Amino acid sequence: MREASRDRLKAFLTLLPSIILIGVFVYGFIGETIWTSLTDWGGSGALSLTPEKNFIGLANYVELFTGVLGGGFRQDLVNAVYYSVMLLVGAVGLGMFIAILLDQKPKGEDVLRTIFLYPMSLSFIVSGTIWRWLLAPQGGLNVLPKYAGMEPLDFQWLSSTAAILEFNWQNLFQILLYVAAFLLILTGLWLLKKDSGMAVKRWLVPGIAVGAGAWLFGDLLPEALFMEETHGFNLATMGIIMATVWQYSGYTMALYLAGFNGISQDLRDAAMLDGASEVGYYRHVAIPMLKPITISAVIILSHISLKMFDLIFAMTGPDNAETGHPALNMYLTTFRANNFAQGAAIAIVLFLVAAMFIVPYLVSQYRQRGRR
Amino acid sequence: MKKALARIFIVTIAMLVMFGCGEAPKKEEAAKTSEAEAPVVVVEKGNDLEIFSWWAGDEGPALEALIDLYKKANPTVNVINATVTGGSGVNAKAVLKTRMLGGEPPDSFQVHSGQELIGTWVKADRMEDLTPLFEEQGWMNVFPEGLVKLIGTDQGIWSVPVNIHRSNVMWYIPANLEKWGVEVPKTWDDFFAIAPKLKAAGVTPLALAQNWTSNHLWESVALAAVGADNWDAMWAGKLKFDSPEGVKAWELFGKVLEYTNADASSLSWQQATDMVIDGRAAFNIMGDWAAGYMFTTKKMAPGKDFGWAASPGTSGEFLFLADSFGLPKGSPHRDNAIAWLKVLGSKEGSDAFNPIKGSISARTDSDLSKYNDYLKSAATDFGKDRVVGSLAHGVAANETFMGGFASVMEMFLKTKNADAASKACQQLADKSRIGM
Repeated sequence: MREASRDRLKAFLTLLPSIILIGVFVYGFIGETIWTSLTDWGGSGALSLTPEKNFIGLANYVELFTGVLGGGFRQDLVNAVYYSVMLLVGAVGLGMFIAILLDQKPKGEDVLRTIFLYPMSLSFIVSGTIWRWLLAPQGGLNVLPKYAGMEPLDFQWLSSTAAILEFNWQNLFQILLYVAAFLLILTGLWLLKKDSGMAVKRWLVPGIAVGAGAWLFGDLLPEALFMEETHGFNLATMGIIMATVWQYSGYTMALYLAGFNGISQDLRDAAMLDGASEVGYYRHVAIPMLKPITISAVIILSHISLKMFDLIFAMTGPDNAETGHPALNMYLTTFRANNFAQGAAIAIVLFLVAAMFIVPYLVSQYRQRGRR
Repeated sequence: MKKALARIFIVTIAMLVMFGCGEAPKKEEAAKTSEAEAPVVVVEKGNDLEIFSWWAGDEGPALEALIDLYKKANPTVNVINATVTGGSGVNAKAVLKTRMLGGEPPDSFQVHSGQELIGTWVKADRMEDLTPLFEEQGWMNVFPEGLVKLIGTDQGIWSVPVNIHRSNVMWYIPANLEKWGVEVPKTWDDFFAIAPKLKAAGVTPLALAQNWTSNHLWESVALAAVGADNWDAMWAGKLKFDSPEGVKAWELFGKVLEYTNADASSLSWQQATDMVIDGRAAFNIMGDWAAGYMFTTKKMAPGKDFGWAASPGTSGEFLFLADSFGLPKGSPHRDNAIAWLKVLGSKEGSDAFNPIKGSISARTDSDLSKYNDYLKSAATDFGKDRVVGSLAHGVAANETFMGGFASVMEMFLKTKNADAASKACQQLADKSRIGM
């Protein structure tokens, strides 16, 4: 017993320095930022030795989501959501595809693997600068068709002002309900084959109910803003998405390739013996087995996309609403406009959105470990 | 295990002792030899002057000229030229803020004079009043009175202006205009009369670049729309931005935007100027650093290869901006910094710097023979025109307003809604306490 408690003390002492450091430099500063976001620190005099800070509650957040001047932030937030989704689909899809190709053990597989993984070792500033040149309106990608004897493209990859999938921010609540309904129905349809009773009861019926409710009674919901304000997926973000997918698909490829290599050859042989085709093997055996890898890739990529700063800064610079991102907005609000409180509020919003991805993952990990 | 640790410890100590003892005498020797060999002057250790600026690249040589002058006068001072690149100081300002907040101010730093300095640093009580220096050097008489008023407050004068740039200038190529058969527009109505003709000929009437140049264009257009008196009243908080005049400014700006190039936001300002030089565009409104670009980089002759005029509707008005250096409180080498400011304000200093930088001197007695034709004309205008402060370059409004204005501009470029933009401007002005 005494031996055990001594052991425990030792373990605690070993961990103590990192507990203190993380406590101060991570959680302490998160707390500090939350506090700052609840004050009115900003404007002239913000940089004096003893700046004046008054507690004003959630006013900064209200301003961001409903104020006239928060329009830029709202567009950036919408942009970041589209950006994250597209990046996930692109990088995971492309990474998986390359991994499956390389899993066929073609000649020179190791060389190819290095080539595909290499973009990840570049800094975002470097790849951002290169992609900015490639995507310039009169150069790079747009002149490629010329070599095939066609007309050059004139799409403005980084500065197009066109937007698709636009919606009115006033109807935000209604749209969120639609999204929820869509996700519920999608899950229900997926589970239909496995356990049809459960799928209908748990997912499909509530999904349809929420969707119908939002459609019928949507007008009764409060409007999120006092004026009409449309936001959408800016096509200029395509350029940024391309660059990020290029940089990160090699990484997801490496993750999947490691997973594929970890699946024993016996399983593959067994599947083949049972008459599975190549496609069938990956669809029903290999990819479902790699669910943990998919989840960790999604977690890593989604929080990278939410924190993205340097790539966008290098590619389009500050003040480019078409490709804006909350992280950039936070920097400009804080360090250019001296609006420290509002910058802190943006940081906290970003933090909460990132937590939305990570916390459920951590909880499920914790539960799994508990069960073992 | 314990023994191994002890051994490592001993070895480390031994190494420290060896290196510690080994290096000290060497330094002394080095100091001795350098004194013996070069009896002229020795830069004293610790006698530094750190100058913080964003003048690298094209503007670097101009700063070097000033530093050379300073070194001649103060040979014992070790000058540290700390530059952070990035046009208009985008990056430098952020670095400066972290340094000041961290209690590590440079000895003297570059700043746009006017509200950008006052709103950020003077209101925060971080700057020293330079009035005594101005009086001692007799600068009160050589700098125009209006300028001194704009760069100071009723509590003092906060920086030494090094140069004056003009913001409301319209650039064109005379030969091209002749070819297209158009005259230089005096007002925006003149411009709207000729613009469709240019457009029909496949020429962009007005070249525009990325977003900050829209802010730049806005101030020239708004000045034309409201006039100099109302312009000053707006920044003094006496005229509302959502008043009819303010809305008119945004409406006119929206109309002007119809005649600009569609790919503006992916171009740098040099590329927009190139459009005019190549004949793809007829006009470009840009500060007079464009003259420096065409004169120095493109080797074009002012007045012959390229021409200029005040932007439409603003002749007789000089929308100015100035780079200046200030003295932060707690500057580690205050005496050196004051000597530096003396060089900046002197006639020799400003006449060494400005011809290279492509700007005019803030002093009324500068030696015009050193300047090119464009600068000569700008200096004459500066002497006789109504001088008003630029918004896009920090004279008229503080940084809170400027930062917010950039997002209002983004909104306007997307929606083209003049009412909403002027209302947002007024909200922003209330928030950033314009005129208070």
